[in-house]
Amino acid sequence: MARAALEPAVDQAALLEFLLRIGDNALILGHRVSEWCGHAPALEEDIALANTALDLIGQTQLWLGLAGEVEGKGRSADDLAYLRDGYDFRNILLVERPNGDFGKTLMRQFLFDAWHYLLLKALKGSTETRIAEIAEKAFKEVSYHLDRSRDLVIRLGDGTAESHSRMQAALDDLWPYTGEMFAADAVDAALAEAGVIAEPQSLKPGWDEIVTEAFTEGTLKKPADGYMHKGGRRGVHTEHLGFILSEMQFLQRAYPGATW
Amino acid sequence: MDPALRPSIDEVWHWLAEVPDPEIPVISLTDLGIIRDVAWREDTLVVTVTPTYSGCPATTIINLDIETALAEKGLSKVKLERQLSPAWTTDWISAEGREKLRDYGIAPPIDGTAADGVLMKRIDRLSGRSNLTIACPRCGSANTEKISQFGSTPCKASYRCTDCLEPFDYFKCI
Repeated sequence: MARAALEPAVDQAALLEFLLRIGDNALILGHRVSEWCGHAPALEEDIALANTALDLIGQTQLWLGLAGEVEGKGRSADDLAYLRDGYDFRNILLVERPNGDFGKTLMRQFLFDAWHYLLLKALKGSTETRIAEIAEKAFKEVSYHLDRSRDLVIRLGDGTAESHSRMQAALDDLWPYTGEMFAADAVDAALAEAGVIAEPQSLKPGWDEIVTEAFTEGTLKKPADGYMHKGGRRGVHTEHLGFILSEMQFLQRAYPGATW
Repeated sequence: MDPALRPSIDEVWHWLAEVPDPEIPVISLTDLGIIRDVAWREDTLVVTVTPTYSGCPATTIINLDIETALAEKGLSKVKLERQLSPAWTTDWISAEGREKLRDYGIAPPIDGTAADGVLMKRIDRLSGRSNLTIACPRCGSANTEKISQFGSTPCKASYRCTDCLEPFDYFKCI
């Protein structure tokens, strides 16, 4: 039998890179959101934030679990989460932004959810079955995340003078981190070519529509597209990631292999 | 296990129907619809389970409970396999399971009403009105309002009855 016929058509290194990117986005945002546990302004919001974080961490286990499988070095999702250093993380910079106030956390969530929703929707049609299956599962959960973050961005934007000014400040502050969601490199090109993912840029019109509609209703002014920060997808992070990792990875670093 | 001594697949399903959900113990794993298949693979019993929510902490407990229940019936070679697709949906909760939920104080899901990412009408959102009529599991009144789309576990939303004033959980659609 010809050996070539047995080899996977998709570039496995590119596939691994993509899985780390999507898995690290869920992991880092999940960790950030979980920092709110016990601190949110209302009990219902505390619960909603914790549930959102839980969904994201669950999705991380699926994505990083598959990443470990594709990598083929016997690393589990836990190994990848707890034992990699900052420059090995592939999340976009937006998700490592500090929580700030409740409004800023929600604005970050909304900007991410609108994109995450469209990304997963497209991935449900991936030619890589294992990716399509995870996307199908995660999409259902993320639809609820988008419902909530969008509703609150509109309510707080079109709320009191105080809530409005905080939401506008959050939007202005986070906007320069949105460009990275639609950036593409050789990894994206190879996978899009093979039908594994959609071209990142193809998600932009749908995202623009969702966020513009919410900003208009929430009386928020959409910032002009200017300089966009990038780097997370290739391992170049802001200083904030290091603080997240030092907290998240402490136990496994100090007590390697600890279980409970 | 000696093939002659093996329990039938039907029998195994009956046993699994007695294993309670760890978080909502009035319903069983089969009521919840998460057991997707039971089959013999040579001398090993393979039970295929699908998770409810990706991050549901009950998943590992559920797996442990299945193994324990089957071990008590004398089955030592049991393998649990995870199946992600088709993704679990509340539509799979049995009719009996729905009644048990209601009796327990949790309003059962109304099929076909899962979040789809489409923005609801402004008037409905601002009034807190839901596009669903969810009857209060305590007094049966249809005058209920949503407090939050999220609740005490990933699978629930928080509601309140405006007649008897009882807050209650709604098993939301997914």
